[in-house]
Amino acid sequence: MSLDYENDGELHGKLIEEVLAQYPDKFAKRRKKHLSVASDAGTEEIEGAERPVTECDVKSNIKSIPGVMTVRGCAYAGSKGVVWGPIKDMVHISHGPVGCGQYSWSQRRNYYIGKTGIDTFVTMQFTSDFQERDIVFGGDKKLEKIIDEIEDLFPLANGISVQSECPIGLIGDDIEAVSKKKAKEHDTTIVPVRCEGFRGVSQSLGHHIANDAIRDWVFDKKTREVETTPYDVNVIGDYNIGGDAWASRILLEEMGLRVVGNWSGDATLAEVENAVHAKLNLIHCYRSMNYICRHMEEKYGIPWMEYNFFGPSQIAMSLRKIAKHYGPEIEEKAEAVIAKYQPLVDAVIAKYGPRLKGKSVMLYVGGLRPRHVVNAYEDLGMQIAGTGYEFAHNDDYQRTGHYVKKGTLIYDDVTGYELEKFIEAIRPDLVGSGIKEKYPVQKMGIPFRQMHSWDYSGPYHGYDGFAIFARDMDLAINNPVWDLFDAPWTKEAPLAAAAE
Amino acid sequence: MPQSADRVLDHAPLFREPEYQEMFKNKREQFECPLPTEQVNDQVEFTKSWEYREKNLARQSLVVNPAKACQPLGAVFAAAGFEKCMSFVHGSQGCVAYYRSHLSRHFKEPCSAVSSSMTEDAAVFGGLNNMIDGLANTYALYEPKMIAVSTTCMAEVIGDDLQSFIQNAKTKGSVPQEFDVPFAHTPAFVGSHIDGYDNMIKGILENFWKGAVRNAGTSLNIIPGFDGFCVGNNRELKRLLDLMGVEYTFIQDAADQFDTPSDGDYRMYDGGTTIEQVKSALDAKGTISLQYWNTRKTMDYVAEQGQETATFHYPLGVKATDAFLMKVSEISGKAIPEAIRMERGRLIDAMADSQAHLHGKKYAIWGDPDFVQAMAQFVMETGGEPTHCLATNGTKQWESEMKDMLAANPFGASAQVWAGKDLWHLRSLLFTEPVDFMIGSSYGKYLERDTGTPLIRLTFPIFDRHHHHRFPLMGYQGGLRVLTTILDKVFDKLDADTIIPGETDYSFDLTR
Repeated sequence: MSLDYENDGELHGKLIEEVLAQYPDKFAKRRKKHLSVASDAGTEEIEGAERPVTECDVKSNIKSIPGVMTVRGCAYAGSKGVVWGPIKDMVHISHGPVGCGQYSWSQRRNYYIGKTGIDTFVTMQFTSDFQERDIVFGGDKKLEKIIDEIEDLFPLANGISVQSECPIGLIGDDIEAVSKKKAKEHDTTIVPVRCEGFRGVSQSLGHHIANDAIRDWVFDKKTREVETTPYDVNVIGDYNIGGDAWASRILLEEMGLRVVGNWSGDATLAEVENAVHAKLNLIHCYRSMNYICRHMEEKYGIPWMEYNFFGPSQIAMSLRKIAKHYGPEIEEKAEAVIAKYQPLVDAVIAKYGPRLKGKSVMLYVGGLRPRHVVNAYEDLGMQIAGTGYEFAHNDDYQRTGHYVKKGTLIYDDVTGYELEKFIEAIRPDLVGSGIKEKYPVQKMGIPFRQMHSWDYSGPYHGYDGFAIFARDMDLAINNPVWDLFDAPWTKEAPLAAAAE
Repeated sequence: MPQSADRVLDHAPLFREPEYQEMFKNKREQFECPLPTEQVNDQVEFTKSWEYREKNLARQSLVVNPAKACQPLGAVFAAAGFEKCMSFVHGSQGCVAYYRSHLSRHFKEPCSAVSSSMTEDAAVFGGLNNMIDGLANTYALYEPKMIAVSTTCMAEVIGDDLQSFIQNAKTKGSVPQEFDVPFAHTPAFVGSHIDGYDNMIKGILENFWKGAVRNAGTSLNIIPGFDGFCVGNNRELKRLLDLMGVEYTFIQDAADQFDTPSDGDYRMYDGGTTIEQVKSALDAKGTISLQYWNTRKTMDYVAEQGQETATFHYPLGVKATDAFLMKVSEISGKAIPEAIRMERGRLIDAMADSQAHLHGKKYAIWGDPDFVQAMAQFVMETGGEPTHCLATNGTKQWESEMKDMLAANPFGASAQVWAGKDLWHLRSLLFTEPVDFMIGSSYGKYLERDTGTPLIRLTFPIFDRHHHHRFPLMGYQGGLRVLTTILDKVFDKLDADTIIPGETDYSFDLTR
């Protein structure tokens, strides 16, 4: 379903001017480049590509300004938190002081199946818990000892990754040498990752570094007989949050594909190692894993294809696109899959559509969802008033033009101040963002869903996930609590409009 | 197809459907290269053994599932307890995202803090420019009355000097010269969040007290320490102090900041100790710290000012509350009113009513050192036995104090104290020397899953249950709350163990 609407670009432009006015001049200039209103993309035909609907012209992937309350995280979060952490049969050491590992412990909801602490380790926090002496004398000896202790206490771990926290790169530790030495000694895979939090400008560089570590420390290290078929695909960039990858896999298998590797939600190291034998890479989170897809294309000749499993329009479009790669037999099966789930889609939209139609949404998420979920909302008749990314690059904003309508407010690396002002002025019916944004927004009387963790719900991918997505948006927006904000004895009821 | 619009299945039931179970099986067999089930099961059993426990306890370097966080978290929490105070953490920005998330997940509340967003160039050249720009932006955007600066480990490793940086920033006009920017160095590789709390409070006191002349008065200061239950506790203690008619100041009070109402306005700042209150707190007759291990440096500093000082270990339960109130009475000269004696009596009454269900129960208790001390004490007051007392951030001195306390009580005779150990150690301890219940944080749910020991959530962080922190644990009323929370778990366990019809339900008693 393609909804036809336009946002109030003039108002949004004015809001941008208003927030910029609050900054010291030097920083108003810098922030200005990150804020814009989606404009017409023009009518030029682009050869071989679909023309975007709008132009989202902002600068991105640039250092955050100090002191403004950026929502961004760091390279460690991108590597340990996103890419490596979900690989379930490895131990991931948060190498450095205790905090990073503690705050990220079990917070991403990367579902997996396994006996935790025995053969899988995702929801555990392994840390080298650096003390002052480790900073002064270096932590390499300690790291060696830690690896020995892991081998002793967790003998079924299939490998170890060393996720560097800030101090590692500052004190000159040689974790690569330790990893090589210990990998040989224990005959296991040990992956040093240089994802110190001060590197780069956001989580994004951590993704890249994590991808490179797979390339350099995992690929082509083991020889294993692998049975292959022409239908072998890897799902890349699905972290199985609340079971997303499972709700996706079931569709791909149903259309006759063999998902030989899922990166990295619910993955074993073997799935990462064997991925190089696949025939096609299907990439969901482009931002965090395009690097490895490009590498696999170059080195192993594996083509890659972006897809989007949020909401029925995008799911059907993606299934067809993937099937086309294989030809009529798979295309037929894909059509059968789409047809099979159509009654579910119709029932979900019939049930929730009337309750959600015309409701406006503002999004602020990571590197994929600010565009990828747009059509899922529109499938339910909802409209996107504003969207932005924590750590996108230029190519993400280009892709965003295919999704958002004219007049949509676009904010890159938004600051706490800006987001609050934008939300306050636009007063959307729903905001989708993260835990740090959840409670301020709800205090304003505006419904909210966490769009990183699915607010402890999910899956949101696939047809099964779409039903949950629709239900969750409905329960957020239509809960009676929003009508209770004003005490009946107060004369003015400024929230009356929002709480209707 | 298991999913339907009529009855939307959530992740838990959805993935138990046969389609998904079949899919999981195929994935595992065909692509995961799994280990033989027998080998996995052998390891499961092995981790329950004394042999594994000994290996586990012999660990020297690896830390697994620790029950502690790093210093700046404590500093951010501390700063949240002052009026319109913005936390400014100097160093990498990801850390600040983590502190904010961590505190929000526990309190279910907003948590504001900014970062100086240092990156590679700042690692090489130092973060002075980040401080200059950062303070200017924070001041302009968030209109704080005070900015409290702490540090991430990055800034500490490269040796940035906060005092000179802040002065430099003021000279450059980032904030007015007279604007208050207290600071504390809070290296993540020293101590834990409770030391970050200590350093930040001391930094704030120094900012306002240095060079000021003390005119000894009659009021009393209370410093709560890092407390995930500050919302309930601080309000309860104030109620008690008001009942006594004591003149008091909380130095650091995040109760309102972490419990703002929903009425349509988002309050970035709410409540907290005012600058005027901090200044005049120097003149107080005495200062009481509710958590000794959280405030060691601060209390030394306070004592140097000539104030009377007294420290407690998270006073909860009967005797600790008695001691706290008597100390307040002693310093303030105010008597403990009859109304409070009645409250005390009601707690004792409740304990007497329920003693049969608590006597002889064995507990594993973990958390911050003061909390563990308090809870062990209270458990013994109910006739329970604190079998394993663990604080990852407990020191040798803590261990020895704990041992003295436990040795002095017959219910502590079988107790073991585990300073510096983590929750993976505790897993071995629970398998080899089991207990009836655990008292700790949400992290204990994995221990509950693995060992079957029921978890009672009574300390920070509590992520998977809502709103408990809004109720007090301290005071006699708080004691009642703690008592009821423990009892609920005891009775739920009794019911769960007797709920199979025709098999165990002869003991499924209506009245207990």
